[in-house]
Amino acid sequence: MERFDVIVVGAGPAGATAGRALAQAGLNVLVVERAATPGAKNVSGGLLYSRAVAEVYPEFWKHAPIERAIAAHQIVMLGEHTSTALDFRSAQAATPPFNAFSVLRAKLDPWLATQAEEAGASLISGVNVDALLVENGRVVGIQAGPDQIGADVVVVAEGTAGLLLKQAGLRGPHNPHDVSLGVKEVIALPPDVIEERFQCDAETGAAYTLVGSTGGVEGGGFIYTNKASLSVGVVVKIDSLYASGRHPHEILDAFKAHPLVQRLVRGGEVVEYSAQTVHRGGFHLATQLVGDGYVVAGSAARLLVNNVLTLRGMDFAITSAVEAAQAILQARFAGSYTAATLGNYVERLKATSIYQDWRTFKDAYGLMENPRLFSLYPDLAGEVLERLLTADTKPGSKALGALSEALKGKASWLTLSQDMLQIARGMVL
Amino acid sequence: MNIVALVKYSRDVTEIKVDPATSELRTAGVPERVGLIDKNVVEAAVRLKEATGAGLKVIALAPATARDSFKDVLAMGVDEVVLIEDPFDGEAEAGIVVRLLEAAIRKLDPVDVVLCGFASDDGYSFQVGPRLAERLRRPLLAYARGITPEGGGLRVEQNLDDRMQTVTAPLPALVSIDEEAFPPRRTTLMDALKAKKKPVNVWGIETELGLSRADLESSARIADTRLTGVVVRRQQRVLKGQDLGAMADELIDALEQAGVLKGAA
Repeated sequence: MERFDVIVVGAGPAGATAGRALAQAGLNVLVVERAATPGAKNVSGGLLYSRAVAEVYPEFWKHAPIERAIAAHQIVMLGEHTSTALDFRSAQAATPPFNAFSVLRAKLDPWLATQAEEAGASLISGVNVDALLVENGRVVGIQAGPDQIGADVVVVAEGTAGLLLKQAGLRGPHNPHDVSLGVKEVIALPPDVIEERFQCDAETGAAYTLVGSTGGVEGGGFIYTNKASLSVGVVVKIDSLYASGRHPHEILDAFKAHPLVQRLVRGGEVVEYSAQTVHRGGFHLATQLVGDGYVVAGSAARLLVNNVLTLRGMDFAITSAVEAAQAILQARFAGSYTAATLGNYVERLKATSIYQDWRTFKDAYGLMENPRLFSLYPDLAGEVLERLLTADTKPGSKALGALSEALKGKASWLTLSQDMLQIARGMVL
Repeated sequence: MNIVALVKYSRDVTEIKVDPATSELRTAGVPERVGLIDKNVVEAAVRLKEATGAGLKVIALAPATARDSFKDVLAMGVDEVVLIEDPFDGEAEAGIVVRLLEAAIRKLDPVDVVLCGFASDDGYSFQVGPRLAERLRRPLLAYARGITPEGGGLRVEQNLDDRMQTVTAPLPALVSIDEEAFPPRRTTLMDALKAKKKPVNVWGIETELGLSRADLESSARIADTRLTGVVVRRQQRVLKGQDLGAMADELIDALEQAGVLKGAA
């Protein structure tokens, strides 16, 4: 049987980074990717937070195919006839070390994979790994079609579905409650139109996080500016979507039909449509990261920080891959690849800032399950502002009075207080 | 025995869009790859290699940056790729392409069998096979659906549209394969790993082929000036009849009006 020191399954940010780090250390590394080219099968919103990434790929923005530096963030509540926004712009985010970049994975992933290859890893694309080879509870290699390839340790970076782990009996199935469906379009627009609509320049761009207008299904929408296109999508809880009886594209179409969104995307040509289930990545759902002969990195390990305001998967994947690679090198030094020796990965990961952020925002998970956040409050915010900003011919009232009027028949003060407390717990306190 | 398969590095035609205003083809930014017909050529060549134990090289006209695009071809069982660095960016007229390919094949001599597609994925000019056979003074066995080594030569089943014709010819020969006759095999991980060790040699037209660009250019007789799509308009009509019978009557009336059906009751 052909052997490598390490086999990495998947050439996304986690797999490519692990492959690069291990090849740099002189190991004989095989990276297997099922898509014809890395990134071709990927569905990602496409916002890459840059600080943690720059620690692994110094000043990557000078070399990697990034789209725009995100220097404007819009947090928007979409009511049926209103939109209420918080508009944040930062000059600091437009200069090194930046904060986030919009990326197109079909371009970014091949670049990351090339970094691994240049470090000496063997990348094989277009080959599906069918199974992990398990002997006496220990992962000893992979099965791909007729071929079995052995390795001291397998890095499972297969992405969010986690099929190999499930099939090998190393993980249970997903609970639908913990899974979202992302539906995304890439809409081509000329750069000058994007820059005018989003009030940015040739190098910078905007990220919109939108709540509401998802047909009452818990979730949210996003709009990110690329160089000559927009990434537009919705991510909704899959059990709620199922219960609503609506098709994913209907939710996206309704979202795009909201006047605010419509004005931003109009005239563009849809050049790509994709959908992907994604684990919601709650901290309390953290999974086993190591076992005998294997480690799990990136979204295969359900590593995702989602606190409504930011959604961090790619930088978490890269960070986890670096820590996994370091733990593998330590295990190699010890000459043993058991769950115990590889367990150092877990300790290392827990010490990273992104892991700690994940824990800090752990209560944000419950927020996404509060339907009022997605259906009632966006309208309520709009209605209150409508009352305050409209110079009516009838006498008006102050903010609290306006809120009281708007709340009538929709929710009690008690419910509102409880929800505010929940939001505060998740994001503020 | 030595086999050479000719592979075109061509635009992915499924990605080409037509400008709605001018009908011109938008070819800018369209990704390039080894053509689908050309993968069939490689499959036919690999089968012949397996049947005869021959050596098999691929000649491709492509930019040097396309080196990595031949991994699949090598994984299928090709021994080596000769990449002629294309100074014309894929825009060369068929006459020039044929001269480049001829020079490369002569440099690889002895070559017993040259295999190519009946046409390319993108250009679809049908010219390279016949013109190259003429320049190489070899018999052309066109539109092959079956290729069998026989008595020191080849037996080939040719698809002549309305009939199949079986012919034999001595070597050396040039065979062009028919569309979809040799669906490319799926390669395995081990195939891909072995392919990593196989060479892709880049040849310059002046350094390795001894041709001059100026001379090639002056030999061109035909220049492409404009490429537009042909617009086909489809009618869409919804039949509104109450039941199937009424809808059928409506359909027949509509087809009669359109002049598609004649003499219906």
